Amino acid sequence: MRLRAVQLLVLALLIGFWYVTTKPGLLPNFYFDKDNRAAFFFGEPQKVFWIVVVWFWSGEIFQHLGITLLETALGFVIGAIFGLAMGLWLGLSSSASAVMDPYIKGLNSMPRVVLAPIFAVWFGLGIWSKVALGVTLVFFVVFFNVYQGVREVSPTLIANARMLGASRGQLLRSIYLPAAMSWVFASLHNAVGLAFVGAVVGEYLGSARGVGYLILQAEGTFDINTVLAGILVLTAFALVLDAVVGLIERRLMVWQPKASETEPT
Amino acid sequence: MSALAPALALDDITCRFAAREGGQPYTAVAHATLTVAAGEFVSVVGPTGCGKSTLLNVGAGLLAPSSGTVDIFGQRLIAANGVNRRAGYMFQADALMPWRTGIDNVTAGLEFRGVSRSEARQRGAEWLRRVGLAGFGDRYPHQMSGGMRKRLALAQTLILSPDILLMDEPFSALDVQTRQLMENELLALWAEDRKSVLFVTHDLDEAIALSDRVVVLSAGPATRPIADFKVDLPRPRDVSEIRMTPAFIALHREIWGAMKEEVLKAYERQKAA
Ligand SMILES: Nc1ncnc2c1ncn2[C@@H]1O[C@H](COP(=O)(O)OP(=O)(O)OP(=O)(O)O)[C@@H](O)[C@H]1O
Ligand SMILES: [Mg+2]
Repeated sequence: MRLRAVQLLVLALLIGFWYVTTKPGLLPNFYFDKDNRAAFFFGEPQKVFWIVVVWFWSGEIFQHLGITLLETALGFVIGAIFGLAMGLWLGLSSSASAVMDPYIKGLNSMPRVVLAPIFAVWFGLGIWSKVALGVTLVFFVVFFNVYQGVREVSPTLIANARMLGASRGQLLRSIYLPAAMSWVFASLHNAVGLAFVGAVVGEYLGSARGVGYLILQAEGTFDINTVLAGILVLTAFALVLDAVVGLIERRLMVWQPKASETEPT
Repeated sequence: MSALAPALALDDITCRFAAREGGQPYTAVAHATLTVAAGEFVSVVGPTGCGKSTLLNVGAGLLAPSSGTVDIFGQRLIAANGVNRRAGYMFQADALMPWRTGIDNVTAGLEFRGVSRSEARQRGAEWLRRVGLAGFGDRYPHQMSGGMRKRLALAQTLILSPDILLMDEPFSALDVQTRQLMENELLALWAEDRKSVLFVTHDLDEAIALSDRVVVLSAGPATRPIADFKVDLPRPRDVSEIRMTPAFIALHREIWGAMKEEVLKAYERQKAA
């Protein structure tokens, strides 16, 4: 509780600092030569707050947020499934992984955000170009984790399952897949974050709806308060997504030992 | 398949492990011959690192020997074609699936064999009771103690009722009391249907107390059996009581005489390495 109080205090101080330094006429100018310049460049907290309130009050934000979240979800799910499948395949077949190795390395080192304009050409300005960008970002995170996870499954575990009579398919289902899943979950927070980045960046580069689009529009008119409000909403929802992932993770990963599990008496 | 064929016959087995970069290949086991008759309880003792687990892996069909043959009840075992289907293996290292609860670990083998879920559950619960884990079926391995995990692994192996039981130092992680309980339990289970057992340990007391025969391995590299002792102690045995009998002590002295030199050799080599 004390921790929460201190955290809130830090937030309040930051906002206070922001307010005091940007409010026109409140402090003597020390950097800009005009009163309202600071507000022009850095926005004003109370205005940002009201923009957010109006967005939610009027319901205007929901369609944009809905689109962005849909793109995030699709990008994440499709990327994760591809990453899981590819990771299992290459992790289990050393010949396939030897062949694919340079391509995977190459694709991974490419700054994939530059693909966004190409996706816009291929998939149009609707949601699919954003989903595609999210997929390329998510795929590699999940892929590398699954690949690593499959290769590091304890040989004893595999030997034991084989001695118990597991066929190749059963080995995949009851050993490799669960082992890989724990690695997928380890990368999940990262992957969801990247799917979100893919969606927003995609929107920012060209779209007709979405929170990224709102930010783009506001930037066109130098409306810094709206830009900041958009960023605030995005941050809040990134936190919500992260919490949802954490919840799912705790549900599915009950078998994993935690650092300490004693209860105070 | 003749009735006289031994349950497990390792003949002239050599295992050479490929060298890591720059080093020499390592010959762990050389020209080792070892048989376990049907219904016989054989223990293998030897200094640490001599190649006991390696021999078990060969017998299980998990490791192809560099040369030599393995026969299971008279049938040739080729590791490339799959593992030894008639054997159950209790590994030295932890081999439970961490994502399965106790009961789901015990019934894994039944599940792989296509036994119906309700029957598997029932038999699993029965085995949990037999190893003293009734009521712990819904715990995950990480929520159990080391001894409980060992018993769970025992149930996981025995539920399939394998004809051959390969056990790699199954009780070495347990405290003395639990260990003697488990040893007695194992003997009781074994007496029920006389499986063939190949039991690896580096504890000579344990080997003598449990077995019909004790095989002593030389220190590595190029390990092979150097002595073979018949244990003619009466059965049924109680492992804690039998240790006090003069026959046991005499046998212990005799086998230890054969082992001591190898243990010291192994120790010197590992110190030098
Ligand atoms: N995959 C491998 N590659 C290289 N060397 C190996 C490999 N497996 C085992 N060895 C070596 O073979 C020797 C025998 O190993 P093994 O595991 O059979 O010993 P052990 O008798 O079971 O020992 P312990 O009593 O400590 O369990 C050791 O020196 C080990 O370093
Ligand atoms: Mg060993």
